[in-house]
Amino acid sequence: MTGTVLSKAKPMKQPEDPADTEAGASRSERVSALAQQHGALVTLVVAVIAASLSFDTFLTADNLENMAVSSAFLAVVALGMTFVIITGGIDLSVGSLFALGGVLAAWGSQYGTAVALLLPLAVCGLIGLVNGLLIARSRLAPFIVTLAAMLGARGILLSVTDEGSKTYLVDKDTFFATLGQGKVLGIGAPVWITLALFVAGAVVLRRSRFGQYVYAVGGNEDAAALMGAPVARTKITVYTLSGLCAGLAGALNAAWLVSGVTILGSGMELEAISAVVIGGTLLTGGFGFISGSLVGVLLLKVIQNVINQIGSLDSAYQQVVSGAFLALVVIAQTWLGRRRRVL
Amino acid sequence: MTDVLSVTQLSKTFPGVRALDGVDFTARAGEVHALIGENGAGKSTLIKVLTGVYAPDAGELTYKNEKVSFATPLDAQHAGISTIYQEVNLVPLMSVARNLFLGREPRGRLGLIDFRRMHREADEALRRLGVRVDVRRPLRELGVGAQQMVALARAVSVDAQVVIMDEPTSSLEPREVQTLFGVIRMLRDRGIAVIYVSHRLEELYEVCDAVTVLRDGKLVHTGPIAELDRLRLVSLMLGREIGEVREEGVTKFSGEHAPGTQPVLRARDLTMRHALHGVSVDIRPGEVVGLGGLLGSGRSETAKAIAGALPTDAGSVLIAGTPVRSGSPPAAIRAGISLLPEDRKAEGIVPGLSVRENIALAALPGLSRFGLVDESAIDKIVDTFMKRLRIKASGPHQKVGELSGGNQQKVLLARWLAMNPKVLLLDEPTRGIDIGAKAEVQKLIDELAGDGLAVLLISSDMEELIEGSDRVVVLKDGTVIEELTGSKVTEDALMRAIATTGGSHD
Repeated sequence: MTGTVLSKAKPMKQPEDPADTEAGASRSERVSALAQQHGALVTLVVAVIAASLSFDTFLTADNLENMAVSSAFLAVVALGMTFVIITGGIDLSVGSLFALGGVLAAWGSQYGTAVALLLPLAVCGLIGLVNGLLIARSRLAPFIVTLAAMLGARGILLSVTDEGSKTYLVDKDTFFATLGQGKVLGIGAPVWITLALFVAGAVVLRRSRFGQYVYAVGGNEDAAALMGAPVARTKITVYTLSGLCAGLAGALNAAWLVSGVTILGSGMELEAISAVVIGGTLLTGGFGFISGSLVGVLLLKVIQNVINQIGSLDSAYQQVVSGAFLALVVIAQTWLGRRRRVL
Repeated sequence: MTDVLSVTQLSKTFPGVRALDGVDFTARAGEVHALIGENGAGKSTLIKVLTGVYAPDAGELTYKNEKVSFATPLDAQHAGISTIYQEVNLVPLMSVARNLFLGREPRGRLGLIDFRRMHREADEALRRLGVRVDVRRPLRELGVGAQQMVALARAVSVDAQVVIMDEPTSSLEPREVQTLFGVIRMLRDRGIAVIYVSHRLEELYEVCDAVTVLRDGKLVHTGPIAELDRLRLVSLMLGREIGEVREEGVTKFSGEHAPGTQPVLRARDLTMRHALHGVSVDIRPGEVVGLGGLLGSGRSETAKAIAGALPTDAGSVLIAGTPVRSGSPPAAIRAGISLLPEDRKAEGIVPGLSVRENIALAALPGLSRFGLVDESAIDKIVDTFMKRLRIKASGPHQKVGELSGGNQQKVLLARWLAMNPKVLLLDEPTRGIDIGAKAEVQKLIDELAGDGLAVLLISSDMEELIEGSDRVVVLKDGTVIEELTGSKVTEDALMRAIATTGGSHD
């Protein structure tokens, strides 16, 4: 029988090295890996070039800055979502938390910047923590737990705004408003804050022990537990992180709009999930990266912007195009994943 | 040699099963200790007690001269007891180095992981085991053997005093097995106690120093492996004395069939990576052919390959001369092959459904017209088989989950008989059912063969196999090593065949 086994093996440089037989298979795998990692970036570059050539109004400082700032809030939400999805989970509560965070920040801004920031972070972080506890300790499905939190947070929001009829305003002269309205080097403050958060997030995910646990839990939870990884603690942390990100994004958004708008944020959870998946993170967990999510957000925003520029197209088509695009990406990912024997 | 890990008078009972019964076991530093036994002998329970998965009901665990009890697998790991599981338990999407160092990554400034150092140390750790791979590559790009080596490197690098390996070679190529053995010898020379579980006798004699044999939860032998010849080892495992005169008629088999002349089933050169290496079996109508061999010899795989439940790499199955599409259970069923699987809970019975529904499940397509089920036809079939197989239930509408094991097995048998099969494959048909029901099932098998069915019988119960079969095909490491016919169908001959050197595929 040895004969058939050996004849199947590829030519080997060192016969005593068992792993060398696999070397030939990995080239196509690496191409697939590159496509998965940078596909979104290439698409973004192509989309930007195409849009610049088609519309004079696209590549203007105003339009770009506008897109950057409006991307910033979704990007912060997607940052937290990236951690959650890499652990193999999902967080549907972020849209509601985003709106709640905005309202709480606007209300709190009358007591100063510290309250305006800390109040939404505390409330949304706490809700995220409860999500994490229910998912990790009580072993409930993330989908159900965060769906409940989404409804619950929406309820809290309605109760603090008299059924949504009351809009709290932010005083434009406060430092808090500057966080949303101010500009550094001609670029809005939210953009800088978002960039700083992404750098920090990427360092944590790639270079910290916690980051390794995030990948391990999503990659193979049982194995991670057998290897001694703190599975429950990791899950609780990522959901708390996601809640904090959503609350902060809501607060920044309120500072930018100088008011706490209650109707915002619905459907944002799905937008954030789309951005993360388009950015190359596997919905099944265990694989993904922070920079991809930023690219995913930008791609969604560029598409929206382009459709807005085509005057004849109803803006409702934005969602059709975004949806179709997401479907394409997931199909491509599944295909690449199959080639790489992931799924 | 010093004792590192030992247990005394260890007992563990599960509902209805005494898995371990007063077992003593000692692992010594610098010794490779084989732990062997057939299914249900208590090996895995013992390992799970040693690694903190189960708490023992009675008995003491001594580790490095101190009484201990491990509450979780993590406790045992921290104490220096590492386990390598049959299935690689690592994270396939993460890099080799990350897998090796998860939870104890070298950290530099600001508490951030020092990847350069991590990659270097991972590379060194693997080189020490004779494995050279790019440690930055995802683990899953490696072959199973190399992945097993990474698991081993991880187990060893946590300062392990005891390394437990649960069938580590079951998915390795012969060349990889040799690399693994090199590593095991290296561990032994470094003074680590290795506990080695395997069903491959050749391996035990090649790499182990001592051996402990368990049977039915009891210790039956422990001592140096060199003092135990193969035949003796096999007879200890199976609980049969060589040359012992046995009274016939312990089982309900008549042993008398009148098989036809032309085989109805011809399985040719069935091949499956890591499991089967060209197995051929013929069965004639009215004949019971037994598949003999130890656990892991490829018995269940052969049955599943014939029934299309496992995809084969090569080989063919013919029913009455007509080839059956491989890897497709529906095709096999249509051709007249029925498999009664080994694990009836996981692969057969639907406990929440009634006796009637369980019996009709597989036959439904044939009992339906235009997508509607012919209820009266089902009632007739269910009634016939409940009587014929003497199924003891309050009625056809009782839930199968409420029946005894033996009656559950009969319901399964009825399900497949309702398909009018030509070939019946029975994988451990009497395991886990009480003695009375066992005798009844054996009698049924006999009757079915008498009715002209071709039967393939797999059983770890030697009496059942020898007395129930007209012929016994003996498997070892996925190869047919002998066929016992006529007066040669005896327990002695079977044990001698199993203990024979060679027959291994490498």
